[in-house]
Amino acid sequence: MSILIDKNTKVICQGFTGGQGTFHSEQAIAYGTQMVGGVTPGKGGQEHLGLPVFNTVKEAVAETGAEASVIYVPAAFCKDSILEAANGGIKLIVCITEGIPTLDMLDAKVKCDELGVRLIGPNCPGVITPGESKIGIMPGHIHQPGKVGIVSRSGTLTYEAVKQTTDHGFGQSSCVGIGGDPIPGSNFIDILEMFEQDPQTEAIVMIGEIGGTAEEEAAAYIKANVSKPVVAYIAGVTAPPGKRMGHAGAIISGGKGTADEKFGALESAGVKTVRSLAEIGDALKQVTGW
Amino acid sequence: MNLHEYQGKQLFADYGLPVSKGFAVDTPEEAAEACNKIGGDKWVVKAQVHAGGRGKAGGVKLIKSPEEAKAFAEQWLGKKLVTFQTDEHGQPVAKILVENCTDIANELYLGAVVDRTTRRVVFMASTEGGVEIEKVAEETPEKILKAEIDPLVGAQPYQARELGFALGLNKEQIKQFTKIFLGLSKLFHDKDLALLEINPLVITGEGNLHCLDAKIGLDGNALYRHPDLQAMQDPSQEDDREAEAAAWDLNYVALDGNIGCMVNGAGLAMGTMDIVNLNGGSPANFLDVGGGATKERVAEAFKIILSDDNVKAVLVNIFGGIVRCDMIAEGIIGAVEQVGVNVPVVVRLEGNNAELGAEKLASSGLNIIAATSLTDAAQQVVKAAEGK
Repeated sequence: MSILIDKNTKVICQGFTGGQGTFHSEQAIAYGTQMVGGVTPGKGGQEHLGLPVFNTVKEAVAETGAEASVIYVPAAFCKDSILEAANGGIKLIVCITEGIPTLDMLDAKVKCDELGVRLIGPNCPGVITPGESKIGIMPGHIHQPGKVGIVSRSGTLTYEAVKQTTDHGFGQSSCVGIGGDPIPGSNFIDILEMFEQDPQTEAIVMIGEIGGTAEEEAAAYIKANVSKPVVAYIAGVTAPPGKRMGHAGAIISGGKGTADEKFGALESAGVKTVRSLAEIGDALKQVTGW
Repeated sequence: MNLHEYQGKQLFADYGLPVSKGFAVDTPEEAAEACNKIGGDKWVVKAQVHAGGRGKAGGVKLIKSPEEAKAFAEQWLGKKLVTFQTDEHGQPVAKILVENCTDIANELYLGAVVDRTTRRVVFMASTEGGVEIEKVAEETPEKILKAEIDPLVGAQPYQARELGFALGLNKEQIKQFTKIFLGLSKLFHDKDLALLEINPLVITGEGNLHCLDAKIGLDGNALYRHPDLQAMQDPSQEDDREAEAAAWDLNYVALDGNIGCMVNGAGLAMGTMDIVNLNGGSPANFLDVGGGATKERVAEAFKIILSDDNVKAVLVNIFGGIVRCDMIAEGIIGAVEQVGVNVPVVVRLEGNNAELGAEKLASSGLNIIAATSLTDAAQQVVKAAEGK
């Protein structure tokens, strides 16, 4: 078991023939992901990376039975691509692109919810179930099938956590990058709920950062609903207020969204927190007794 | 990106909202002329900077003659205004807004933000105008009234009425408030705003609603579709190095420590600052070089980091996911040679071909210390910055 995706998940790529789409689709195919085709309007009927190209998501779904789509199109066109996928029969959309206007995401998120479509991202590395399927830009080789579920707002911090859980021999059940934007398609709670229900996941690593109150809300959720051990790290203790730290969502505003508040909320929910990101693996060992 | 008050009011006027008659001027002579053009015998002069707290800092003044307007402009144009929201150097004043003076009977607050929890644009209104709204929210949250805008149907008049009656407005004022509320919501959505604040929204002596201030923040990700707003950008209000970094598509934020940080990924860049701090050091900056970390980008990043004289050592922390660490090492070596880096550089490479990368760094003959782990890197760079 795993969450969101496994070796049977059929995936198409929107923005398939572009530079990013091509590079990461090649990597995904090499990893074993069931890539079944792609969409590039105007290039329907062609073949790319040995797979069929379609003009529309609707056609791609009808022809291939795809249930997931990964989006690599430029930010200005992402709202359109998400809505096309959601209305075209896709059930899981993973949007990698960074820089989507916030108001576009408000609209896209409402429609996805209405249609019962799961959206991951944007501005994220994607989702991987090690040894089975990877949808996104994460390096496959650092992962190892195993028992830790990882959910994170940051790409490279996810890789750090993955590396440590691999080095300790714990491996990962699934890893989900929910992205660094203020309006993510899925939040910590959505993913925590799935990890709690997934029998393969025995412990959870949650990586947050400054900005917003998603970590505080996750803390309350964990306290009430999560029985598995959780280790959390929050980036940005040293971030100054009022400055956007790279990610659109990483900003302390009006005194809210500080790392200290988040650490505090998680600790009072019984979560094991670490102040150094190098200690995630050791902390897992400690709380699980592995 | 933020707008100046005068630019915000220009947008308000475009959307039919009540703002004072005024002129943004850039010479003392024009300031005096503006008074004559506006007419009357009382005016307000306001220094235009991207920061709140201007009144307390002397950047806003009630005046009674064009000569006073001229004197105020002479005092502030070309100078820097320091408020509790700026750093100790303050923000440069290049324009003065001269407005007719409004007779104030009551001060309200009206603002809107994209609320991350409800995933809606949320309007906030309060009878507690003219003061810091964060303080009101903290101390008396019941005094903040809210209205969520449904993304699919937009703002509705009933929402304005609900807020307006709760604010204690009379029938005529409710009509005015509804027009303001709907206009602001249209502005927010048309122009991709991130933040909108009118503090205070006043009730004038005659009982009319009037927008006395305008604070507007824009969604940087949506600027591409608003050339009119791009033209309103004022680089003088931004940190030079941050602007230079942005030109290279690097994310840089200046801090006041002495350890320069160059990292790939925004989250890891923050995590690196934190681990430097945990080990007794003080980060000089946040810098995300992005996924590629090519020689050119690394060289530009070094230049920006080293333009800060406080920097005594640099920590490069790269998690090579798909890119190979030996290639990144070559990029770092090339950049260090090209830029002529004269402070110790500690490099931690992790991921693909990390060992080969470390070997290349060690045998480069340059002042580069290859760290074995993230913790080791933080300890090494703190030592190096202390000159040990």
